[in-house]
Amino acid sequence: MSKRDNFWGQIDWITVFLFLALVVYGWMSIYSASETSLSAPIFDFSKRYGKQLLWIGMGLFLAFIILLIDAKFFSSFAYIFYFLVMLSLIAVLVFGKTVAGSRSWFQISGFALQPAEFAKFATALALAKYLSKLQTDMHRLKTKMIAFVIIALPALLILMQNDTGSAMVYLAFILVLYREGLSGWILVVGIILSVLFIITIKFGELYVGMGIVAIALLLLALFRVFRRQWKVWLTGLLVSLAFVSVVDFSFQHILEPHQRVRIQIMLGMKQDPHGAGYNVNQAKIAIGSGGLTGKGYLKGMLTHNHFVPEQSTDFIFCTVGEERGFIGSALLVLLFLALLVRIVMLAERQRSAFSRIYGYAVASLLFFHFTVNIAMTMGLFPVVGIPLPFFSYGGSSLWGFTILLFIFIKQDANRMNVLY
Amino acid sequence: MAGFVLVAVIFLVRLLYMQVITKQYQLSARDIALRRVVEYPARGRIYDRDHELLVYNDAVYDLMVIPRQVKNIDTAKFCRLLQISKSFFIRQMKKAKHYSYYKPSIFLKQLSKKDKGPIEEIMYEFPGFYFQTRTLRHYPYPVAAQLLGNVGEVTPGDLKRDHYYRPGDYIGKSGLEWFYEKELRGKKGSRLVEVDVHNNVKGSFQNGKYDTLAVAGADLTLSLDEKLQAYGQLLMKNKKGAIVAIQPKTGQILAFVSSPTYDPNLLVGRKRSENYNKLLHDSLKPLMDRACSATYPPGSTFKPIQALIALQDRVITAKTLFTNQGFQSKPIPTDAPFSPVDLKEAITFSDNVYFWKTFRRILNNPQFPNVHAAYVNWYNKVKSFGFGQVFNTDIPYDQPGNIPSKHYFNKLYHGSWNALTVRSLSIGQGEILVTPVQIANEAAIMANRGYYIAPHFIKSIGKDDTLPARFTKKHYVAVQNPLYYRQVIEGMKDVFDSSLGTAHLYHLDSIPQAGKTGTAQNPHGKDHSLFIEFAPVKNPRIAIAVVVENAGYGAAWAAPIASLMVEKYLRGYTKRPKLEKRIINGDLIHNQKNRKP
Repeated sequence: MSKRDNFWGQIDWITVFLFLALVVYGWMSIYSASETSLSAPIFDFSKRYGKQLLWIGMGLFLAFIILLIDAKFFSSFAYIFYFLVMLSLIAVLVFGKTVAGSRSWFQISGFALQPAEFAKFATALALAKYLSKLQTDMHRLKTKMIAFVIIALPALLILMQNDTGSAMVYLAFILVLYREGLSGWILVVGIILSVLFIITIKFGELYVGMGIVAIALLLLALFRVFRRQWKVWLTGLLVSLAFVSVVDFSFQHILEPHQRVRIQIMLGMKQDPHGAGYNVNQAKIAIGSGGLTGKGYLKGMLTHNHFVPEQSTDFIFCTVGEERGFIGSALLVLLFLALLVRIVMLAERQRSAFSRIYGYAVASLLFFHFTVNIAMTMGLFPVVGIPLPFFSYGGSSLWGFTILLFIFIKQDANRMNVLY
Repeated sequence: MAGFVLVAVIFLVRLLYMQVITKQYQLSARDIALRRVVEYPARGRIYDRDHELLVYNDAVYDLMVIPRQVKNIDTAKFCRLLQISKSFFIRQMKKAKHYSYYKPSIFLKQLSKKDKGPIEEIMYEFPGFYFQTRTLRHYPYPVAAQLLGNVGEVTPGDLKRDHYYRPGDYIGKSGLEWFYEKELRGKKGSRLVEVDVHNNVKGSFQNGKYDTLAVAGADLTLSLDEKLQAYGQLLMKNKKGAIVAIQPKTGQILAFVSSPTYDPNLLVGRKRSENYNKLLHDSLKPLMDRACSATYPPGSTFKPIQALIALQDRVITAKTLFTNQGFQSKPIPTDAPFSPVDLKEAITFSDNVYFWKTFRRILNNPQFPNVHAAYVNWYNKVKSFGFGQVFNTDIPYDQPGNIPSKHYFNKLYHGSWNALTVRSLSIGQGEILVTPVQIANEAAIMANRGYYIAPHFIKSIGKDDTLPARFTKKHYVAVQNPLYYRQVIEGMKDVFDSSLGTAHLYHLDSIPQAGKTGTAQNPHGKDHSLFIEFAPVKNPRIAIAVVVENAGYGAAWAAPIASLMVEKYLRGYTKRPKLEKRIINGDLIHNQKNRKP
C-alpha cells in the first residue's frame, strides 16, 4: 500500500483542516476583540492578536514535531508525562503566580504558563494507557478506583489552585469510562442528581420532596415493574429525598458565594446586571444583537467598546455572535460538531485500545469545553472560566489542545502499523 | 455522538432565538452601547448696521445625566469636584429620574471651561454623566437690552407649543431674540454615537448614517446704529423714557432707547434668574421696552398732524389767523406771546388756542352732515399716520396706543357730544395715547412729506437681505399735498430757528432741524417732556422722537436730547459739551428737585 508508506498521506487531513479553520477563525475574532481597525499591523506583539499569532506559530511547530515523533513514544511515556505534569501542578501551588484569585500560573520572563492546560492531555494519555492494558476490566472495582484516581488527582490539584472551572473539566473523562464499560447508571444517576440539585435550589426542598414522593407513588401505582423491584426503587426514592434535604445545606455552605450567585443568576432567581450577572448579561446582549448576519467584521460595537469582560478569552464567542451573527455562530458550532464527530469516527477505527480510548478522551474534553463555554456565554450554564478550545486567546490553552489533538492525529496516522 | 448533535442543536436553536427571533438583545445593545447626542447649532449672531457685533455666543458646558447608567460612583468625590452639596446632588438626581430614567437630563447647568476642568479628566469614574457643550449669549456692548431681549430655558408651555424643543433647551424669551427665534435658533442636529463601557464617546455609529447635521442659526443684521444707541442711552441716564430714531427713507430704526435699562449680560448664565427677578421687581420697570410698549399722550407733538388735516380739509389755510381770545378757549391755556397768530407761528410757539380753534373747525366742517361724521373723517386721517395701531413689523411688543373712536364717545357721552366735549384731543391730550415709535414715525412722515415705511429693525437675515413686503411698503398718509407739508414744516423749522421757538436754544447753524415740542399732562405726576424732530430739513436722514417721563416741558429735556442725537448721528460727534454735560448729569429719578434746566 502506497498510502501506508506515505507519511503525510496517513494523516487525517479533515481533522487538521477543522483544527486550522477553528484556529484561524479564533485568531480573527481575537484580532477583532482587541483592535478596532483593519490597518493595525498583525505582528504587534504587545497586542493579544500579535501574541496569539506567536502562540499559533509555536503550536503548529509543536504539532509538526508530534507528527514526526514515533507514535509509540506517547503510549510508552504516558505515565512519565502524567507524573511530570502532576509535579508541575504541585509546583505551581508553591511557586505560582496568583491571577484573579487562582494560583495556577508560572511566570516565566513575561510569559505565563498554565500547567492545568497540559494536565488534560497527560491525564488522557495516562487514562488511555491504564485502561488499554489487557487485564483491566471496567467491572472490577479496582479498575474503577484506579481510573478514578488518575482522573481525580489532577482535578484535586487544580481545585487546590482555586480554579474550579478547569477542575470541572475532568468530569469529561466519565464519558470515556462510560465508553469503556462503566455502567450507564452512574451517568443516569449523575444526571438525575444534577437535575434534583437545580430544581431544589429553584423551588425549595419541600416542593421537590413532595414532587418526588408523588411521582414515586404514581409510578408504583401505574407500572408493575416498579412494584416488582420495589426495594430498588424505594432505595432510589430515599436516596433522592436524602439528597434533596442536603442540597440547600451544601448550596449554602459548600459552594463559594460567587458560585452560588452564578447559579442563581443562571436559574433566573437573581437579577444583578451590574454585579455578578454583568458578564453574562453583556455577553447575551452581544451575541443576541448580532442578528442573522452580524454587524460585520470589526464592527461589533459591544466588542470594540469593551462591554463584554474577558472578550478575547473565555467570552470570545460573543465576538463571533455579535459580528458574524447567526450564520457565523452556527458555522462555529458546526465546525466543532464536525471536529467532534470526526474524532469519534477516527477513534472507532483504531485498532489499539490505547488510541481509541485516547481519542475518546480528546473528544470528551473538547466536547466538555465547547458545551460549557458556549452555554455559559449564552446564559445556559453558570459562568465557569474555561476557554473555547483553539479559539480563545491564551498560549497554554492553545498549546494544550494542540498537543492533545495532534497526539491523536499521530496515533491515527499510525493505526495501520499497530499489531493486535 | 448523539450527545454531540443534541448539544449542537440546542445551541443552534438557542442562537436562532437570541439572534434572529427576539429583538430584545438588539434593543439592549443599542441601549447600552449607543447614545443620541444632540448637536446644538450655534445661535445666530446679531450685528448692527455697521457690522458691529452686538450679540455672540460663548461656550459653556452642561453636565448631563442618564440616571439608568449611574452606578457605583463616589458621590462625595463627585460633589467635591463640582463644588456642590450632597443634598443638591440628591435633589438633581431625583429631578432627573422624575423626568426620565433613560433619557439624559441636565444635572448642572452652564459650567465654564474652568469649572469642568477638575472633573473632566476622570469622567470615566462617573458613568451616566457627560458634558454637553452649549452656548450662552454674550453682549460686547451693553446696549439695547430690552430690544435685543434675552435667551432662557424653555418653559413647559414652550415644550407643548413647539415639539422642536426638549427640556433644557434655550429659547428667545423677549425682544428680537424672541421675535427672530426661528431664524436665530438654526436647526438642531443629532448624532448617534457609540460609547464604550466607561461611557466615553468612541465615535459615530455606522459612519454617521443616522446622524443629522446641526444647521447654525442665521446671523441678523439690524438697522440699529450701536454708537447712536449707546449715545442715546448715555443721554437718558437717570431718566425714565425712550428715544426712537428712524431713517425716514427706509423706515429702518437707528436707535431704540428705553430708560432705565440694564446690562444685557446680567440675564445670561447661572445668575440669570436671580438678576431677572431683581429687574422684574424694580419699581422703575427696566425690563419694559418703553420705546414701543409704553404709551403716552403725545401732547403738542400731535399738532403737526392736526395742522395737516385741517389744511387738507381746507378748514384753515396757512394764513388763517386766530386770536387767543374767546370764551371757548378758556379750558385751553395759551402759550402765544402775541395775538393773533398764523399757523406757522402757532406751531413755533405751540399755541394751544390756535389748535383748539383749528380742531373745532375740523369737527364743525360744513362738508359733513354732523360733528360725528366729521370726527370719523378726522379719525381715519389720524390713523393713516400710523397711530392707534401696531406696525406689524419686527418691533417686539409693539403697542397700538389709542385714538378714540366715535363709538367710544357715543358710549361715554350717550351720543351727545361735540367739539367742545372732546377738545383735549386738539392738543394731543385726553384719550389719545401714542408710543415713542409712533411719534418717531410721525417725524419720519413729516421728513418724507407724506409717507412712511413701517419702522423695523431687520436689514438682513443671514445673507438674505430681501425683506417681506410689509417691511418695504410705502404707506401714504391722508395728506399728500407738498404745499401743506412745506407750510407745517416751516413752523417746525422755526421751533429751532425763531427766537420765539420752543426749542430755539438747541438751534444749530450747520444742521437745519425741524421739530415740535410736547408737554404731556399725565394723571400720575409731573408732565412728560416730549419732542419730535427730523434733520436735515431738506433730504432728512434722521427722524427722532424723545420722551422723558415726568420731566416737565418738552423743551427742557426731550428737545435737547433729540437735538444732540441728531447732531451725533449726522456729524459723528457733538459740539455742545455744556449742553451734553447738563443732560448726561441730569438725574430725574433720584434727585427730584433737579428737574428743571
